[in-house]
Amino acid sequence: MSIHETPAAADAHGEKAVQRQSVYVYEAPVRIWHWVNAFAILTLALTGYFIGSPLPSAPGEASANFLMGYIRFIHFAAGQVLVVFLILRVYWAFVGNTHARQIFYVPFWSVHFWKEWLHEVLWYTFLARQPTKYVGHNPLARSTMFLLFTLPLSFMVSTGFALYSEGAGRDSWEYALFGWMFSIWPNSQDIHSHHHLGMWVVLVFTMVHIYVAVRDDIMSRQSIISSMISGVQLFKDGEG
Amino acid sequence: MATAETFYDVIRRQGITRRSFTKFCSVTAASLGLGPAAATAMAEALETKERVPVIWMHGLECTCCSESFIRSANPLVKDVVLSMISLDYDDTIMAAAGHRAEAILEETKEKYKGKYILAVEGNPPLKEDGMFCIDGGRPFVEKLKWMAEDAMAVIAWGTCASWGCVQSAKPNPTQATPIDKVVLDKPIIKVPGCPPTAEVMTGVVTFITTFGKLPDVDRQGRPKMFYSQRIHDKCYRRPHFDAGQFVEEWDDDGARKGHCLYKMGCKGPTTYNVCSIMRWNGGVSFPIQSGHGCIGCSEDGFWDNGTFYDRLTTIHQFGIEANADKVGMAAAGVVGGAIAAHAAVTAVKRVTIKREKADS
Repeated sequence: MSIHETPAAADAHGEKAVQRQSVYVYEAPVRIWHWVNAFAILTLALTGYFIGSPLPSAPGEASANFLMGYIRFIHFAAGQVLVVFLILRVYWAFVGNTHARQIFYVPFWSVHFWKEWLHEVLWYTFLARQPTKYVGHNPLARSTMFLLFTLPLSFMVSTGFALYSEGAGRDSWEYALFGWMFSIWPNSQDIHSHHHLGMWVVLVFTMVHIYVAVRDDIMSRQSIISSMISGVQLFKDGEG
Repeated sequence: MATAETFYDVIRRQGITRRSFTKFCSVTAASLGLGPAAATAMAEALETKERVPVIWMHGLECTCCSESFIRSANPLVKDVVLSMISLDYDDTIMAAAGHRAEAILEETKEKYKGKYILAVEGNPPLKEDGMFCIDGGRPFVEKLKWMAEDAMAVIAWGTCASWGCVQSAKPNPTQATPIDKVVLDKPIIKVPGCPPTAEVMTGVVTFITTFGKLPDVDRQGRPKMFYSQRIHDKCYRRPHFDAGQFVEEWDDDGARKGHCLYKMGCKGPTTYNVCSIMRWNGGVSFPIQSGHGCIGCSEDGFWDNGTFYDRLTTIHQFGIEANADKVGMAAAGVVGGAIAAHAAVTAVKRVTIKREKADS
């Protein structure tokens, strides 16, 4: 990875430009995935909520209405989109740069990782004065990503396809791939409940994710939000 | 008990005509989804094969399976199957009693080693060495294991035998346990339902006794031919679900018009059974048709999933009456509060640090 140092040039008034280091962190496929995924999740959560608690009844003949059908169609379509992009994302974890791999595992046995993780916890509980600079995710962010996003999302995909197989039938590929869910919970009512709870887990993650992204953008020493658009992470000062 | 007796011999002796017999084969083949050729195969098997003895045992149960069984839509089905069974053993409906009845078990176990079918209605309680259910002078769990040793296969009748049903609902004081957790070394076919549909029961017995093997079962051990589709997917009210037309209250306009009972807690979307296809009492009706949601009686733990009238399942782990939305909203509220507090502290800290910097 290369760090481009911008020379501190002085303008006509003798004022120096701010010195920034920039690193290309999030490659295009990762950025595209991030936003498609975000919109897919938003769509899925909204439609999913209305599948669990449907809107007030539509008047008229059944043949003239298809509201629940459309809501479910959008839910399924968004789910398929999410999965297609998730597959691309997993592929990119193999062929992309190191940052593309971060959210898929936690270096659990690395003492160094947990030391830095602890420092991040101290920083977020206001006990450390200065955050450490990180290219990509900091250790705490990485473990949270894995625990509150990667795992729940995999769970949502598995339960989602298992539930879809109920309608698609016992001969469908959805049942062949995800029917094992019914071995864990023989009553699909439980899978419905867990899928529903999973939505709230993802929602809680989203809240924390957005808050921390905004906060870090302001407080820490690197850019966060713009990086997911441009891919470039800027560092605000030269100190280590 | 004649050893080389066939089904055909039995029913002819009971005065059933050949015409009725052929009809029975056609109807049963159709209900099993096997097509016209199978009817002939079935007739031939019943005429030539030595009949398979069936031993019907009762553990902790309410006899609703038996009640359902003897009300089978096609009386012939009941007569045929029932007469075959009563010849051997069913302590509820057979004529023999006491030691004479128990002697039949010994005899069958010896004579038809590895050839008889053990049909179990209800389940054994395991606590206190099974003392909560004594059958023929000994714990039912012992009798069950003893008879299962030499059986060809075991049929678990109803939700009791398949999943545990009401006697195993929390806190399950007698530790009532489904058959497949007690009998581990025999093929077990689950026929859940409280009770199962009569035609399903006769269909399963006929299939096994005719072809001498178990029908294909799904992941949960239920016969695929009867349990691969949800009530919801074959429900005649399904168009109202897709249209978004629901019964909102028991006596509203939607209820009168026969709208979908989803919001009233119908468990059709999570219940695998044939009620919406075959219906009950000879195709007269089924719960949803009479205006009440499905309670999911053929599903695992249906007693422990909150009321029958809520769409979202009650989650007991949290100690209070809650469902996924209530739990989720509470969690989101707590996290939201934490975020707000954290943001406030962050802002204060930032101001103080700036001041410190300005001072120094």
